[in-house]
Amino acid sequence: MTDNRIDKVSIIVSRGSLEGVYPGLIMANGARMEGIDANLFFTFFGLHAVVKKKMDHIKISTVGNPALCVPTPMGMGVPTWMGAIPGMSWIATAMMKKEMEKIDIPPVGEFIEMIHDAGACIYACKATVDMFKLTKDDFCPQVDKVLTVGEFYQKSAGAQIIFT
Amino acid sequence: MTQKQVARVTIDVDDEGYMTNHAQWNRDVAAALAKEQGIELADAHWKVLDFIDKDFKERSVVPGMRRMNKIGGIPTKDLYSLFPDGPIKKAAKIAGYPKPVSCV
Repeated sequence: MTDNRIDKVSIIVSRGSLEGVYPGLIMANGARMEGIDANLFFTFFGLHAVVKKKMDHIKISTVGNPALCVPTPMGMGVPTWMGAIPGMSWIATAMMKKEMEKIDIPPVGEFIEMIHDAGACIYACKATVDMFKLTKDDFCPQVDKVLTVGEFYQKSAGAQIIFT
Repeated sequence: MTQKQVARVTIDVDDEGYMTNHAQWNRDVAAALAKEQGIELADAHWKVLDFIDKDFKERSVVPGMRRMNKIGGIPTKDLYSLFPDGPIKKAAKIAGYPKPVSCV
């Protein structure tokens, strides 16, 4: 192949909304499918993606999201104040998940398992773990280790770091 | 379009070596293409290749990882150990099908 190909990526997931979590997961999985080494580092609310009781309840953020449309993602814009109506996030998430299922994008829990089985390493951010008072039991079994930011940089040697 | 000679068959391939005419494919061609990638085909590989073949004939698309898991019954770990560093791309190439176009 080409000489300047990417050999390794370290992807940071910092947000806990559906649209905040999936891009990082898709990029990590896509890296492994290309034979690129991948680390996934979850920090701040992004950590929800690897916390057992949260990972399969991740929702689209409908507040402060001017791109939100109904009834399809390219439909009519939803006035931003309507995003705050109770249930909006639930409805938007259910609709999006249905579309994702059609193109075989797995739910978060299954996707994390797939990415880990593909050989990517999965890490949680130490500062967030301490701040949220989490223990090992809170995490899905695919989390390899809780890392300090220093350790994260060490593990990212030679990698492209991608912040999402 | 380029042509190349594998297993005493002339095959048409694209710039990246994916076959463009599946009619030219046979099991010996697959074995030769696998060897180019450093893979010696065994029964476990054939389970994957046969599933891609069957699925492509039904849907005209190379199945993605999740479809391989759920419909093909082939776990992610197995796919990566059978076809290291890019399982679906490698398997599709050996199976004589186009480069996969799905992101997942």
